Amino acid sequence: MLYIKCPYCGLRSQNEFAYGGDATIKRPNLNQEVSNTEWDNFVYLRKSPRGRHLEFWHHISGCRQWIKVDRDTATHEIFNTYKANEEV
Amino acid sequence: MSQNYRLENVGLINREKKISFKFNKKKYYGYEGDTLASALIANGVHLVGRSFKYHRPRGFFGAGVDEPYAIVQLYRNNETDPNVRATEQELFEGLEAESVNCWPNVNFDIGAINNFLRMFFPAGFYYKTFMWPRSFWYKIYEPIIRKAAGFGKASIKHDKERYEHKYEYCDILVTGSGPSGLASAYAAAKNGAKVIIAEEKSRYGGSLLTSDVNIGNQSGLQWAEKIITELKTMPNVIVKNRSQVFGYYDHNMLVMSERVSDHLPNTEKYTPKQRLWYIRAKEVVISSGSIERPLVFGNNDTPGVMLSSAAKDYIKLYGVLPGKKPIIFTNNDSGYETAIAFEKNGIDPIVLDTRRNPKSAIITEAQNLNINIKFSYVVVAAKGYKKVRSADIAEISDDKKTLGKIENITCDCICVSGFWTPTIHLASQSGNKTVFKKEIDAFIPSKPKQNETTVGSAKGIFTLKETLNDAFENGFNLSNKITNKNIRQSAPSVVEKITSSHDKFWCVPLPKGKNYKRFLDFQNDVAVSDIELALREGFRSIEHVKRYTTLGMATDQGKTSNLNGLQLVSEVEKKVVPQVGHTTFRPPYTPVTIGAIVGREIGKHSKPTRKSPMHSWHEKNNAVFVDAGVWLRPRYYKQGNESLFQASKREAKNVRQNVGLCDVTTLGKIDVKGPDSAEFLNRVYTNAWLKLPIGKARYGVMLREDGIVMDDGTTTRISENHYHMTTTTAQAANVLSHLEYYLQIVWPELNVNVVSSTEQWAGAAIAGPKSRKLLEKLFPDKDVSNEGLPFMGYTEGNFFGCNARIFRISFSGELAYEVNVESNNGYFMWEKIMEVGKEFNIQPYGTEALSTLRIEMGHVAGSELDGRTIPFDNSLEGLVSKKKDFIGKRSLEKTAYTAPDRQKLVGVVPLDKKTSIPEGSYLVKDANAKLPNPKLGHVSASCWSVEYDNPFSLAILKDGKNMIGKKLFALSPLKNKKIPVKIVSSHYVDPEGKRVRS
Repeated sequence: MLYIKCPYCGLRSQNEFAYGGDATIKRPNLNQEVSNTEWDNFVYLRKSPRGRHLEFWHHISGCRQWIKVDRDTATHEIFNTYKANEEV
Repeated sequence: MSQNYRLENVGLINREKKISFKFNKKKYYGYEGDTLASALIANGVHLVGRSFKYHRPRGFFGAGVDEPYAIVQLYRNNETDPNVRATEQELFEGLEAESVNCWPNVNFDIGAINNFLRMFFPAGFYYKTFMWPRSFWYKIYEPIIRKAAGFGKASIKHDKERYEHKYEYCDILVTGSGPSGLASAYAAAKNGAKVIIAEEKSRYGGSLLTSDVNIGNQSGLQWAEKIITELKTMPNVIVKNRSQVFGYYDHNMLVMSERVSDHLPNTEKYTPKQRLWYIRAKEVVISSGSIERPLVFGNNDTPGVMLSSAAKDYIKLYGVLPGKKPIIFTNNDSGYETAIAFEKNGIDPIVLDTRRNPKSAIITEAQNLNINIKFSYVVVAAKGYKKVRSADIAEISDDKKTLGKIENITCDCICVSGFWTPTIHLASQSGNKTVFKKEIDAFIPSKPKQNETTVGSAKGIFTLKETLNDAFENGFNLSNKITNKNIRQSAPSVVEKITSSHDKFWCVPLPKGKNYKRFLDFQNDVAVSDIELALREGFRSIEHVKRYTTLGMATDQGKTSNLNGLQLVSEVEKKVVPQVGHTTFRPPYTPVTIGAIVGREIGKHSKPTRKSPMHSWHEKNNAVFVDAGVWLRPRYYKQGNESLFQASKREAKNVRQNVGLCDVTTLGKIDVKGPDSAEFLNRVYTNAWLKLPIGKARYGVMLREDGIVMDDGTTTRISENHYHMTTTTAQAANVLSHLEYYLQIVWPELNVNVVSSTEQWAGAAIAGPKSRKLLEKLFPDKDVSNEGLPFMGYTEGNFFGCNARIFRISFSGELAYEVNVESNNGYFMWEKIMEVGKEFNIQPYGTEALSTLRIEMGHVAGSELDGRTIPFDNSLEGLVSKKKDFIGKRSLEKTAYTAPDRQKLVGVVPLDKKTSIPEGSYLVKDANAKLPNPKLGHVSASCWSVEYDNPFSLAILKDGKNMIGKKLFALSPLKNKKIPVKIVSSHYVDPEGKRVRS
């Protein structure tokens, strides 16, 4: 079970968190022309890499903050964690 | 029967306390401190089971965790446990056990015919034989094979025993209390670290319990006792016996299974039978020791053939003789310790040493005791069926290929020692890439992946002096990284015998013309010939060979068989062992009971049960409950002998005619606060929110980014920057996460806060034509007229001294209100409304009537918002703003979503106005068309319309808007029904919505 450092609460066990998907995906701005391809890429396409991956986790049974976790999907090594609004 | 094999004055058992137990219904006696295995051997019982495939007789092979044979069905406290290792089960008064995998009994087992047919049961037999005809597999082959195979029987009763989970954190976890574990735990604890030391057996000390050594002028046993006693007194140390650390998971999380009560006749009240520990350790010291390897020879599975170390344990720990005419068959010095133990207890062993001329102190000691030692000798085959009666032995050439003249000697046990295999399971599980160490012919851990350090014989150190020095050093260094206290203990002096090196020989060649089975895996009956066959058939990867032959796949996970299997593959393949590699070690190291894994999360504890503040009122009034997510909601209130159908019809009718009361506490409620709340809601919902005035509610629909409807509900503007959002019961948690996602990640610039307030409010829906009259009585000083509190209006009031929120919203389609009070006042509110409402013939109604009311009104709910529909499908397109952007809007432009014949919500009535249409039915044009009959839509919800007194359903139908008036068929293959139906508007009752506005 992973040990995830929540930037707000410190090291907490994985079972307090919910996985939230790829954190490198940016939602297109509101009220902007978006091509079909661009929109489909945003809604559906995810890379799911083997290796280092920046991902969202939601501290759902804790402080309820969404955080970014820089994690290796193969070894589960966590390199760093960030607040949701921190640029990585 | 008396204990004929029990020695006097030897062992660590308590002879003061005699214990009676039963094996295969026969009564025996043992002593406190015995295992079931040692007590049975003391009574001369050597046949305990039958093997998996050939049903060959099985005795005892080990004395502990590695035991492949002695697996029993245990009865205790009116419960039964399958596949308990007799070598680990401690004896208690009244213990009962039975043999497994034999019928009618262990002495006469019909399945043993397999043994004589074994030429027909080679590796992969099942794969090869039961291929044809295909249909036979499920019906005939598999059931018969299942019946014949398998060991113990799992109980099908509810397990009354209690199991617990515990979470623990420590600086250093030490897995094993042998010399290396004790030393590192002691060094770390003395240096101020928080230490957990776990011992899988009941006694601490590991090899020190039986080895003939001196540490710091005391015996090894005394030293171990001294250290463990001191550790127990230290506040920073947790000492646990009967506790197996069986799994090493990510981020230094280890799981340990503690057998709290398995050694007692009963589990005390509030004490668990077993406890699972989840331990997060900063550093892990793996001191799991090593397991002796068997030597492989003909019929080496005969009862009476056992590991030499096990024989030593039986003598020295339990004072039990495994035999009175033993042969010790060894390729290293360890066998001599067993030989000396026999000799010192008055039994003359014969030692067969595969080596030509080894020299060491212990061999000299054995020679001085006049033990009969034959060098360059091997056991060719064991003789005897249910017990070893003699052994064929022979001299072996230096190249180990040629056997000399075969002699037969009488014996009643053969103790084998093929050197030691480090227990690397935990290190390997943690991700450590193990390496093969040639000098010991085994794998040892190399570079750790996590914070893990292996010490002692688990990393291939087999001298005590080196073990203690290394363990003290590691214990200090690891703890000092954490505590920085620099308190160092020096390793004590050691007196031990220096051993000579082992012989790399491990498998005796077959004599000419003999076809003995030479077993590698004793539990799964995998012999040398099976592996050779698999290799001949082209299996190369050790992982494939393992699966094809089932080598190492039994409940013992190949603890004694893996390395010999690897050696064989490497020999046949002419590769070195490291090239062959070992199979993956996976947790658990030893079997863990399902009970321990589940812990307290059983029955009602498996998920929380949430009840509204009015729950006890519902109970008192004969409510029949239904699970709604984690909530319990009244489905209907039973009067007399009413059925669900009758009760829900009565309740729904009363809402249409008088007034009804429904508990709506379970609806999700979210407080939305902050200056940008309106803008946020405008982005979250499909309709416009910027102009909602204070004191007004609005119905809203929210989408996912892919355009699918996520949830619906009303949101009310309580004050300038404060909104009260409601969600469906089921989606409440998801909606909150969804809102948080957008506020924290996508639009952090919005100044809005959201928090769940579901549990803060108790909610009661008052619905029906007489609801306003009732409300007037409930809030006498409020203007609740159609002008004072119009449809979708909101006001606050005083409910008999309680703060109340009053919403004029309706799910039933009737004139209706929802009153919320603080949860603590919920019961009071409910009772008061029922009391005041008596004169208006108020009745409570449950979810069944609620469904009826909303279905015939054409209001959508979870069965339509099923994660597959867009607003148009639910006839909610009127709520989709064209002027503003919102979550999921761009997806609604998709071709499929804008198709002219897009599916749409419709009403469905059976032509006969009598037959109810099962939910989930398909709508088709032709009831008898050839399959697959083209599906036009499906029935999402059905009810008995109380307005028209006939069945009515909602459906999502292709090109629904042009289908009104058409005749179709509703097919339910599940219920075997074909119902002719007519498509009508989804607004079956009050299509203009007059009532809610009246």
